[in-house]
Amino acid sequence: MTLPPTPGQTIGPFYGYALPYPGDSELVPVSDPDAIRLHGTVYDGAGNPVPDALLEIWQADRDGTVARAEGSLERDGWTFTGWGRAAVDGNGHYSFTTVLPGATEPGAAPFFAMTVFARGLLNRLFTRAYPPLDEAALAQDALLQSLPEDRRRTLVATADEQGYRFDVRLQGDDETVFLQFPGA
Amino acid sequence: MTETDELAQNAPAADSDSALSTQADISGEIAGTSADYERAGRDETQPRLDYAPYRSSLLRHPTKDLHHADPETIELFAPVFGHRDVGAPESDLTIHHTGEPVGERIVVTGRVLDGDGRPVRHQLVEIWQANAAGRYIHKRDQHPAPIDPNFTGVGRTLTDGDGHYTFSTIKPGPYPWKNHYNAWRPAHIHFSLFGTEFTQRMITQMYFPGDPLFALDPIYQAIVDPKARERLVATYDHDVTQHEWATGYHWDIVLTGTHRTPMEEEEVQA
Ligand SMILES: [Fe+2]
Repeated sequence: MTLPPTPGQTIGPFYGYALPYPGDSELVPVSDPDAIRLHGTVYDGAGNPVPDALLEIWQADRDGTVARAEGSLERDGWTFTGWGRAAVDGNGHYSFTTVLPGATEPGAAPFFAMTVFARGLLNRLFTRAYPPLDEAALAQDALLQSLPEDRRRTLVATADEQGYRFDVRLQGDDETVFLQFPGA
Repeated sequence: MTETDELAQNAPAADSDSALSTQADISGEIAGTSADYERAGRDETQPRLDYAPYRSSLLRHPTKDLHHADPETIELFAPVFGHRDVGAPESDLTIHHTGEPVGERIVVTGRVLDGDGRPVRHQLVEIWQANAAGRYIHKRDQHPAPIDPNFTGVGRTLTDGDGHYTFSTIKPGPYPWKNHYNAWRPAHIHFSLFGTEFTQRMITQMYFPGDPLFALDPIYQAIVDPKARERLVATYDHDVTQHEWATGYHWDIVLTGTHRTPMEEEEVQA
């Protein structure tokens, strides 16, 4: 049996008092010796920051295991749940405190799976943020291989002082590659 | 900065007066897109991302095609939520203050299913909504309708072992917005849903049957297929209605299909 899916709708402008919660963007405490920052800015087609977007990430743990633990909404500081949420600030900037995901299979390029919501965006968008670390694995990655170089770049984060920078461009020449999964 | 200012600042030159569009302009654009869709004879199940009658979408929709990707390991799993995350009282939006909120008390219930009709078990459902007067507890909501000191409008629950969810709340009012002159949103409840895979994550809006604003609303009409739009409209259900307490609505949610193979499925069960 295949049922037709319920359509998505925009997150709208008023999620701010409902979806963010204390600790939402801290997958690990800042004090974790492996803690890194994954951050960036969401831009619209005119190159202006989008001040009302919400991002979520879902990732493997540092050793490549997929977390099956509850507790993302009530973090205890010890349990890695693999999931986080960050509303952008007034400058369109978001920031997660997390760890680098490990490879889920030998040789696989690890990535942060990301969901993008915004006022003005009628349905969520999926993308991936790859840390720029394992060049060999990145070169072998099926998704990256299927993209021309100028598009591939949009999925690879850039190292900076605190961790990794990954900007999201909803529209335009440098538009981020957004994903369509089969059957969606 | 108000939403109108932002629109004026961000919109392309050709649309710089978009905030001054009339409902007739918007309705004309909606009708044009509907007619094109009928002629094309394809079945669309999701909203258009590029839908000009919703002015805020102009600079916020991708212009390149979404890139087909086969979900990989992490994308074949979803975050797990449990009773540490969500307390039972969070599904009743009417009990969090000293008094009773104003408005029609309602119960909204239904099931979360995947594309194969299987229940999505023990998974998080989040909702948020305006109060009975159409006002959100949000600093950017400037609609001069009263705030209800007894209603915040945020709820959470976990589906049960059969995919059922239930919320007790107040029927939200319609509210004006700045898309065009005299623009009003039909009454709705925002829903945030997770499946058993990352690929199923979605946020949507539930509407109430027979709303006179449906035809006028560019967010609802961005789902250009009439059958698909109706999937967002709850059904009045007298079996859900509670004697001398609340009227009842039923709304089932179907997520997109799953991709895990039977072997990966066994690993999840194990
Ligand atoms: Fe709303």
